[in-house]
Amino acid sequence: MALSVDEAVSTGPAGDHTPPSRRFGGRGRAVLEVALLTVLAVVMLFPVLWMIETSIKENRDVYAIPAKFFDFKVTMEHFKDVFVASGGGRSTLSASFLNSVLVAGVSTALATVLGVPAAWAYSRFAVKAKKDQLFFILSTRFMPPVVVVIPIFLMYRQVGLIDTKLGLILIYTAFNVPFTIWMMKGFVDEVPAEYEDAAMLDGYTRLQAFRRFTLPLLLPGIAATAVFALIFSWNEFVFAIFLTSSDDVRTAPPAIAGLIGGTTVDWGLVAAASVVFALPVLVFAYLVRKHLVAGVTLGAVRR
Amino acid sequence: MAGIEVSALHKRYPDGTVAVDHVDLSIRDGELFVMLGPSGCGKTTTLRAIAGLERQTTGNIRIGDTLVDDLPPADRDIAMVFQFYALYPHLRTRDNLAFPLRAEGLPKAEVRKRVDEAAGLMRLGPLLDRRPHRLSGGEQQRVALARALVRRPRAFLMDEPLTNLDAELRADMRTEIKHLQGELGTTMVYVTHDQVEAMSLGHRIAILNKGRVEQIGTPLEVYDRPASLFCAAFIGSPPMNLIEVEVADGKLRSQGGLALTPPPGLPRDRRLVAGVRPEALEVTEPGAERSVPARVVSAEWLGDEIIYVVDHDGQRDVRVRMPPTVRFTADAPVGLRHTGGPPPVYDVSTEELVA
Ligand SMILES: Nc1ncnc2c1ncn2[C@@H]1O[C@H](COP(=O)(O)OP(=O)(O)O)[C@@H](O)[C@H]1O
Ligand SMILES: [Mg+2]
Repeated sequence: MALSVDEAVSTGPAGDHTPPSRRFGGRGRAVLEVALLTVLAVVMLFPVLWMIETSIKENRDVYAIPAKFFDFKVTMEHFKDVFVASGGGRSTLSASFLNSVLVAGVSTALATVLGVPAAWAYSRFAVKAKKDQLFFILSTRFMPPVVVVIPIFLMYRQVGLIDTKLGLILIYTAFNVPFTIWMMKGFVDEVPAEYEDAAMLDGYTRLQAFRRFTLPLLLPGIAATAVFALIFSWNEFVFAIFLTSSDDVRTAPPAIAGLIGGTTVDWGLVAAASVVFALPVLVFAYLVRKHLVAGVTLGAVRR
Repeated sequence: MAGIEVSALHKRYPDGTVAVDHVDLSIRDGELFVMLGPSGCGKTTTLRAIAGLERQTTGNIRIGDTLVDDLPPADRDIAMVFQFYALYPHLRTRDNLAFPLRAEGLPKAEVRKRVDEAAGLMRLGPLLDRRPHRLSGGEQQRVALARALVRRPRAFLMDEPLTNLDAELRADMRTEIKHLQGELGTTMVYVTHDQVEAMSLGHRIAILNKGRVEQIGTPLEVYDRPASLFCAAFIGSPPMNLIEVEVADGKLRSQGGLALTPPPGLPRDRRLVAGVRPEALEVTEPGAERSVPARVVSAEWLGDEIIYVVDHDGQRDVRVRMPPTVRFTADAPVGLRHTGGPPPVYDVSTEELVA
């Protein structure tokens, strides 16, 4: 079979007969594609580049008119300002970053610990009105945060969760559990139940069977799901700005936003803080990029 | 080792599906017992109830002398082989085999000995260090069987273990399983929808239909005297011809006049159908002695035999098995003659065997 194809290519006149215009059309199309993609990339990436540039410019160059693209003085002062207060000691921004790490990390861990077993149960067991329950769980995600933030604010004020890290952790967990359940159910459905059946016949209990056989196979899915949850919690702005106010509770997004306003804006500091804020997400997304694709196509789409 | 006693098993799934309506089975110690039936008749559900993977709605299951209704699968001391082999993908063959033993907490040396023994029985030596994805379908199935063996359970449960293999391999594995079961003498319940598999493997066969047992018997009994019209249509390839008959003057005749040897004790005044095996009929020259006129519709040449489909008195699908030396062309007028002993006769309305 392969031989006949080779022969057709080497002896056949097909190549010579291709009309020149079509060959040009192919190349022209490629050029057009590259050009369009370049434009798109520039439009998308320019703000990012500008942010990075601003974060390492001296203040004089930041405010220079006309703007300086290339011949500016490089400084690391802004990054230092992100972490160190002007009088020495830790800056309030660095405290916000620690808060973000804590809130995002704990809420993701909680959502995973609660969501994965739930997804397993929904996938494996006959639950009454399973479809309705799953729809209800998903429906909690239909509303954007800004719609529910006022009632939650009022409830939190009643129970004393306003302006606490625990309050943020709980609300982020509540938002991430439904997502985790839905995404992980897709992954659990992919793992044949027979593994657990076989393990149970081999002498394990159902939970042991889940832990020892299904769980290892779910790890890539769990990683992908957790990263999505982490990114949500890390980036979340609306709840954070409504439900917290003091510097030692605030997470990074409202803290960075708080830098803008007042009479003068220290754009160098804003840019440096934003770069520091964006890095962890980029690193995580890069680390699990294969699983992210698998997670989207495999976990979420099927069934 | 132990027999298995299933009494009045009924299983209704939470969604309302009645998968098993009423099943009584009495499987003897050391028997190779086959459950045969079309897809969806409740075979898997029955097997999973025996294994403890599914809790029956009502009914009792005994393994040996123990009532196992409330025992988890782990405590029933049985091994199951699934249609989908369920080898742990992250473990090499050796560890897949060792797993059930480690769960029991056997000492290392004993685990090793048993793994080697089972691997020897299933000729897995060269495959011991591979992971499942590097094994062919047949090899995976042999590993799955070996994994069932290592624990030396009281009984094996097999759920269509050969369905995913190609025909040739299936025949080989069939022989191997039968041989193995004979050697070990362990009770085996084997589920299949393939009647050839059932006939060639089983000491006894239970035919299931719609969650009920239609017949239990040895392969010969099941073949010679199917207990119902369903069994008659299910067993044999091609299956029995179901020919409407009437009793007159102590004789059994089809409406077209084909004379059959009458079984004793035929009821009168009921609509009856006789189950006539294709090999109990004969295509003859037209007008031969005791023959009735018929016409060849088509012929299937199978090499060692020919299956003639003939039109007899408007019934266009009467199948006759003939040696390859006897040849008639399509559309040829021929004679049709019954040569066998008394056929089983069924009541049309109850669909059950009456004589
Ligand atoms: N977990 C389940 N929930 C609901 N219905 C089921 C379930 N498993 C099987 N069934 C239904 O029960 C019937 C019998 O199934 P099964 O025992 O798998 O049959 P078989 O193995 O003979 O093909 C089928 O109609 C099937 O759809
Ligand atoms: Mg089945």
